[in-house]
Amino acid sequence: MSIEDRVTKIVIEQLGVKEEEVKSEASFVDDLGADSLDTVELVMALEEEFDTEIPDDEAEKITTVQSAVDYIKAHAE
Amino acid sequence: MSKRRVVVTGMGMLSPVGNDVQSSWANLLEGKSGVDLITHFDTTNFGTKFAAMVKGLNTEDYIARKDAKKMDLFIQYGLIAAIQAIKDSGLEITEENAYRIGVAIGSGIGGLGLIEENHTKLMNSGPRKLSPFFVPSTIINMISGHLSIMYGLKGPNISITTACTTGVHNIGQAARMISYGDADVMVAGGAEKGSTQLGIGGFGAARALSSRNESPTEASRPWDKDRDGFVLGDGAGVMVVEEYEHAKARGATIYAEIVGFGMSGDAYHMTSPPADGDGAARSMMNAINDAQINPEQIGYINAHGTSTPTGDKAETAAVKRVFGHHAGKVMVSSSKSMIGHLLGAAGSVESIITAMSLVEQKVTPTINLDNPDEGCDLDYVPHTARDAKLEYALCNSFGFGGTNGTLLFKKM
Repeated sequence: MSIEDRVTKIVIEQLGVKEEEVKSEASFVDDLGADSLDTVELVMALEEEFDTEIPDDEAEKITTVQSAVDYIKAHAE
Repeated sequence: MSKRRVVVTGMGMLSPVGNDVQSSWANLLEGKSGVDLITHFDTTNFGTKFAAMVKGLNTEDYIARKDAKKMDLFIQYGLIAAIQAIKDSGLEITEENAYRIGVAIGSGIGGLGLIEENHTKLMNSGPRKLSPFFVPSTIINMISGHLSIMYGLKGPNISITTACTTGVHNIGQAARMISYGDADVMVAGGAEKGSTQLGIGGFGAARALSSRNESPTEASRPWDKDRDGFVLGDGAGVMVVEEYEHAKARGATIYAEIVGFGMSGDAYHMTSPPADGDGAARSMMNAINDAQINPEQIGYINAHGTSTPTGDKAETAAVKRVFGHHAGKVMVSSSKSMIGHLLGAAGSVESIITAMSLVEQKVTPTINLDNPDEGCDLDYVPHTARDAKLEYALCNSFGFGGTNGTLLFKKM
């Protein structure tokens, strides 16, 4: 499974949204109905899936599906 | 100012014998037990291996999965019972009336299951692995919180926590708040999911639980000489309580009137009542005085009746003290013989059963009462349900810490 697919799967699971809503430019808060606690939990799920630790100042920048994918590609795997 | 009357116009329940009021009531009339062996954790090292659990519940019928995973099971149970009760009441919540509708739903313990889970994460992986939802998914007042958000209920929003008296105290105080004028409608009750490792282990350590592992359905046997402790139960009971004129004006179905509420403290011991049932008796008397009726007018008591050696005797002594020569004539039964002890939900589930007794003019039995213990000589309605002519009925709850509550319902 590609990094994009794995991120999409986590977003669907964590935010309870449909696959077609998880577009790369989608914002977790503005488009996918997440609140601040949801995004914290989403980042924790990404850490778990990709076996990495995302520092808080980096986590704050992960606000869209694409930014999550970019972070993972740059820092994990 | 004359007292505003308060009536019950909606009821919702999740119990070990049914996932709504009607199915639970039908099974209680048949004397069915909801007690089972525990399979959701390994009970090998536990002295008690059974409890009365909620079964076959499809949470997604009521709560979206995304939301449910941020709630301990006790919150899910409480919300589901409340959603049922609001639907049953037919109440329409509008911008105009939202400020006059409040919530008072509590729990005895709260989110024990998720506390255990998060503590394990903390120990194994450190604080960074704690869920951001840990606190709001486990604290007791979140049923009231979630329900208000779900329906836009902007009236008083509280949760009373008084161990096993939680349900009765929430309903009683909700009725008082309506009577006083703080609200016109309150959604009130209690919820519990105590059958976790800490719950079963903790009450077991306190020597409060039955350990009749060879026959779990016979373990809860209030007033029987072979009783050996209570059986932990899970579930929730919620009532919509409403000011009488308000209910009448909207043509609501009225199940019963709450005519009396009494409370008292034992000031005696952390977990045991005094043998003479002094606190229990004063709680019942306070409810009867509140209603300004005579004990002789009461036909039924839904007892606290936990199946513990001391509690059952103390409540019997209290009934004798309050009812005098009439004590032998009042029917006294224990729902806990079938559904176990639902702790913070016990008083609200049993209040609903008490209201149903008045509506249906039937009394649910005390099962497993084969040989009444010495001194336990009231009419406990053993084994079989009964038709009855009831005008008034009491519901008792007594909790750890020596906190007592009694609600007095009247047939409409």
